Amino acid sequence: MRVRVDLSRPVVIGFAAILCLLIVLPMSWLVYFSVTDRSGALTLGNFRQLVTDPVFVAPLITTAIIATTSSLACCLIAAPMGWLVARTDMPLRRTVRALVTASFVTPPFLGAIAWELLAAPNSGLLNQAFRALTGAPQDEHLLDIYSLPGLIFVISCYTFPYVFVLVANSLDRIPGELEDASSILGGSAWVTARRVTIPLALPALLAGALVAFLQAMTLFGSPAILAIPAGFHTMTTKIWSLFQYPPKPELAAAASLPLLVLTVLLLRAEHVILGRRGYSVVGGKQGDPRLVRLGRVKWVALGAAFIVLLNPVFLPYFALLNAAFSRVASQLVSFGNFTLHNIHFVFFELSSTRLVLKNTLVLGVLSATIGTLIAVVIGYLTARKAIAGHRALGFLATAPVAVPGIVLGVGLFLSYTRPPFVLYGTLWILLIAFVTIAMPAAYQQLQSAYRAVHPDLEDACRILGGTRLQALGHITAPLLRASVIATWCFIFVGVIRELSAAIMLFTSETKVISVLIFDLNESGDLGAISVLGIIMLVVTFAVVILANRIPTFGGRIRLRDA
Amino acid sequence: MKNWSRRDVLKGASALGLAALGRPIEAAAPPAQAVTPALIEAARKEGKMVWYTAVDLPVAERVARSFEAKYPGVACRVERSGAERVFQRIGQEYASRIHAVDVVNSSDAAHFIAWKRDGLLAPYVSEDVARHYPAEHKDPDGQFATFRAWLCVIGYNTNLVKAADAPRSFADLLDPRWTGRIVKAHPGYSGTIMTATFQIARDLGWGYFEKLAKQRVMQVQSSADPPKKLALGERAIMADGNEYNMFQLKEKGDPVEIVYPIEGTPLIIGPNGVFKDAPNPNAARLFQSYCFTPECQQLIVDVGGLRSVHPLAKEKPGRRPFAGIKKMKDDPAGVERDAEAIKARYTQLFRV
Repeated sequence: MRVRVDLSRPVVIGFAAILCLLIVLPMSWLVYFSVTDRSGALTLGNFRQLVTDPVFVAPLITTAIIATTSSLACCLIAAPMGWLVARTDMPLRRTVRALVTASFVTPPFLGAIAWELLAAPNSGLLNQAFRALTGAPQDEHLLDIYSLPGLIFVISCYTFPYVFVLVANSLDRIPGELEDASSILGGSAWVTARRVTIPLALPALLAGALVAFLQAMTLFGSPAILAIPAGFHTMTTKIWSLFQYPPKPELAAAASLPLLVLTVLLLRAEHVILGRRGYSVVGGKQGDPRLVRLGRVKWVALGAAFIVLLNPVFLPYFALLNAAFSRVASQLVSFGNFTLHNIHFVFFELSSTRLVLKNTLVLGVLSATIGTLIAVVIGYLTARKAIAGHRALGFLATAPVAVPGIVLGVGLFLSYTRPPFVLYGTLWILLIAFVTIAMPAAYQQLQSAYRAVHPDLEDACRILGGTRLQALGHITAPLLRASVIATWCFIFVGVIRELSAAIMLFTSETKVISVLIFDLNESGDLGAISVLGIIMLVVTFAVVILANRIPTFGGRIRLRDA
Repeated sequence: MKNWSRRDVLKGASALGLAALGRPIEAAAPPAQAVTPALIEAARKEGKMVWYTAVDLPVAERVARSFEAKYPGVACRVERSGAERVFQRIGQEYASRIHAVDVVNSSDAAHFIAWKRDGLLAPYVSEDVARHYPAEHKDPDGQFATFRAWLCVIGYNTNLVKAADAPRSFADLLDPRWTGRIVKAHPGYSGTIMTATFQIARDLGWGYFEKLAKQRVMQVQSSADPPKKLALGERAIMADGNEYNMFQLKEKGDPVEIVYPIEGTPLIIGPNGVFKDAPNPNAARLFQSYCFTPECQQLIVDVGGLRSVHPLAKEKPGRRPFAGIKKMKDDPAGVERDAEAIKARYTQLFRV
């Protein structure tokens, strides 16, 4: 005798409520604040000030320039690199991919600080080397990182992996037969590339361009570190500055909305472009991609790839390592100035180190666990269309992708500093932010993992008398294990490097490592930053390597930027 | 006695200003509180306290560690940021009823006027403050006292600028040869710079900043940062920054030199106070009391490069004696009144 209890309605309602709390509530407060004045009366004054006051118009234009040029630069670098790695016989292709992953997981704000060490006009290591080599006078410099081009360069360094991953993955999937057909019909290598390969990869490239545009537009750390010394703002730094004393939350909310709207529009565009991709990848068995033989050029190509990778990986890591052990951050380590002082300072003098590491780890583990759990359930419900309302759940889980970190930070701050939910000052508010930020990628990854497990397998279990839960436990769960662990790791890594939402939400008791590094940068404590940055990178790489050891890992994962 | 006369007049004036704001000055400050075994025991029970401070991080941590060494079992966590950020942070936290701060130190003395007016501070007078501190350096109601004093100076990198060519005044900084070679901190972050900007604008006029803004300065945040940028060799000149960081770097052998501008050097006062709703009230009082001991005051002078107003603290040889330097007048009440306008005007001029 079995009592059938229909749990589907409470489940849908429960998870929909969670997702609403994560995303609908903060965005509603954001919109409410943007259209009201201090007294709570409706007004469009905030928006009027936004479009007429030069204090806001200039950052808007700067942001547009940065996003456009970074996106272009990323495509110009990442597309050929993706092609080299996916479709040619260039040596060390796996290593190059791994190094791009390294730049992928390097927090952009840490990269920006490292580039200060490298290319500050006078003290930067590269400029010093330039003067030493050319005998140029003291005040001449090759590079100035505190400039619009400098900022665009640093942003591109940590944004191009998004384009690279999309392009390389798409090239991986293009069947070799299509190119073979072109060759058989007499097409030269160039004609094949122009008529077959490039058109097939173009949607991915365009999607990459959009993602890069969004990343560059919504980044907070790098502009705060490089633009403000140079005397200009971007939209994100401007929004953040509106929370300095005296805070102007209504203007911050109004300034956040254009970012939000633009993100939604661009993501729609991406969807339209990627939606067309279906025609290219023919189902059934396909030949391995045909590798283009580069001959001797392959060494040139490899050299070029490594020169590119100097910028996001080798040079910055070197600069951080050097600054960690040098008495003066702008001097190369030598017998004369080698010091362990910075390490001693961070571990034995800096009283917030322990608290901050603890907060970061607790938040990383909790966000990853909770985020993965929610994604597992919602992914299952939507992939199996298990209950009515699954579509709405899927939409809610994907929606946060349209919310830039700093905008989410503003929204959460407005939502949770007042009744009925006062969460400001607790780790909960940060947990909500991090889970929300991670949700779209986690959900997409797990949903596609569910799709890969054919329902027939579960049905077989049901037919043999198993319950739905038994089917899940004995069949689906073991098959999904690897994806779940990979998702967990990626949320964890994303949390560790998150800055833009955390900077709006932290209090002294709930500081995380990214915020501490940002604080230290404002008082110029470069040695301590380097030590903390290296700790951060070591933890991140440990987790990434762990994730990479798990088979079947490697879906399309989008890490959010700090 | 030291020559405090100018400030005497001023502090008197600001005290009168407070009275005029409608807050009656109580008949007498609360009596001095000795550090009793009971207080130490109660502090140990709490086990910890948090010091929100604007003093440069390594100095703050040294003070915290020396306190912990003296009172084992009471951990002091330093929460450091620029004074304007600390002020905003406390305001934001208190608005959400988060009472995390135990003791506060600001480089913008105006903040204590605001905190006192809002009734956030607890009266607590340590024995040192009661017995030794000059009247102009303690609140008549016993809610705060001057933990540290220092100057906001001009500086240069001696590898990049010859002593003979170095600027000697604020006016010299406007010389075209310094264009693109100056680093400067921000009054929206740093209380030191807020205070200095007020004094310079008052004495020299905003025209000075209008011209300085055209010098393509490198805009950093903390007043502790320009000295560090000089030491790195990143910029040749600093338009403003902490005298105490310059002392530290110079005495470590870094190529930096201090300039006390001939127009007068902005004087910065950094008081310490205990919050009424401090989560660790006993540890807070123990720490507040420790901060004003000759031991701690000598530490911030010797290691930190700061100036002490404790008569028993001795100046470190080799540094220009404090009394002999021509200073601009400090005026916390004026800063309190003008802070918002100063930030707005500064942002307009320097664009960030």
